[in-house]
Amino acid sequence: MIARLMGEGQYRVDDELRGQLNELDDRAVAAMEADDEPALDGVLDEMWELVRSRGERLPDDDLSASEVVIPPSDLTLEETKQLFSEDGLVPDLPTP
Amino acid sequence: MAGLIERMSLVIKSKLSKLLDRAEDPAETLDYSYEQQRQLLQNVKRGIADVATSKKRLQLQTDKLEQSLVKLDSQARDAVAAGREDLARAALERKTLAQQQLQDLDGQIEQLDQQQQKLAASEKQLAAKIEAFRSQKEVIKAQYSAAEAQVRIGEAATGIGEQMADTGLAIERARDKTEQMQARASAVDELIEAGTLEDFTAGDQTQLDRELASISADRQVDAELEKLRAEVGAGSGKKEIEQ
Repeated sequence: MIARLMGEGQYRVDDELRGQLNELDDRAVAAMEADDEPALDGVLDEMWELVRSRGERLPDDDLSASEVVIPPSDLTLEETKQLFSEDGLVPDLPTP
Repeated sequence: MAGLIERMSLVIKSKLSKLLDRAEDPAETLDYSYEQQRQLLQNVKRGIADVATSKKRLQLQTDKLEQSLVKLDSQARDAVAAGREDLARAALERKTLAQQQLQDLDGQIEQLDQQQQKLAASEKQLAAKIEAFRSQKEVIKAQYSAAEAQVRIGEAATGIGEQMADTGLAIERARDKTEQMQARASAVDELIEAGTLEDFTAGDQTQLDRELASISADRQVDAELEKLRAEVGAGSGKKEIEQ
């Protein structure tokens, strides 16, 4: 599958890596629900590290969509939460 | 519930589907989308220029503070030489404050530098994807029936839409950071202009300046007096003294 590291780029990851990301993702959800920012940042950093070191970087001109999008760890907990709301941090795309 | 990173991707896709739902004429949608992409690319370029301007401003402040460090240091030396420990202390206290500000500025410049690099990387990716989208849209327009075109457009638009959302967020974050820095830069400018940075204990920069100046004036007078005495002593300066 393809994973995007927000602000960095897209990577192709294999099934094994995907499984590891899913496990980390469970921890990320738990950390966010517990309002535990250091734990969330730690998990996100681990995801970034995994994808960067073991994923295969897609060329910039690849137009594939990503199945998972991993936010950066330098957002505040509040900002990370906002990322997931419809009118949150991600700007609306222009509509005709 | 979907995990965090899947939800993240769904949020972006749902924003995109709003755009695609409105698409009636595929060719028109493609052209419109391309136009929006070009516009976003301009926004990134502007964002990079704004960050660079803010960075420049902070660098100018750094220069000013470094000059004031040199000045305060020499004032402290002058004060010690004149046996005025109180003035030397005041000058050194101001110097400490200026040094702290200087450290803060270094950190801020570093942060702006990171924002600039992120935006530049985002610009490069967006530009590459826009170019890929442009050639794909011509292919779609030329080769596919309307129904097929819808599907292809969906694919191409999802990929580029995701990049647009990512770049859009990078621009907003850089803008926030730049605004914060500008507010702080204005505050430091005011401090420097008000003399507060160079003068935060004694309440009046000119007081320190004045006292040191008067010490140095006294010394100069002493030195000249000494010289005159020597000349008069040698019997050649009588006229000058009478003047």
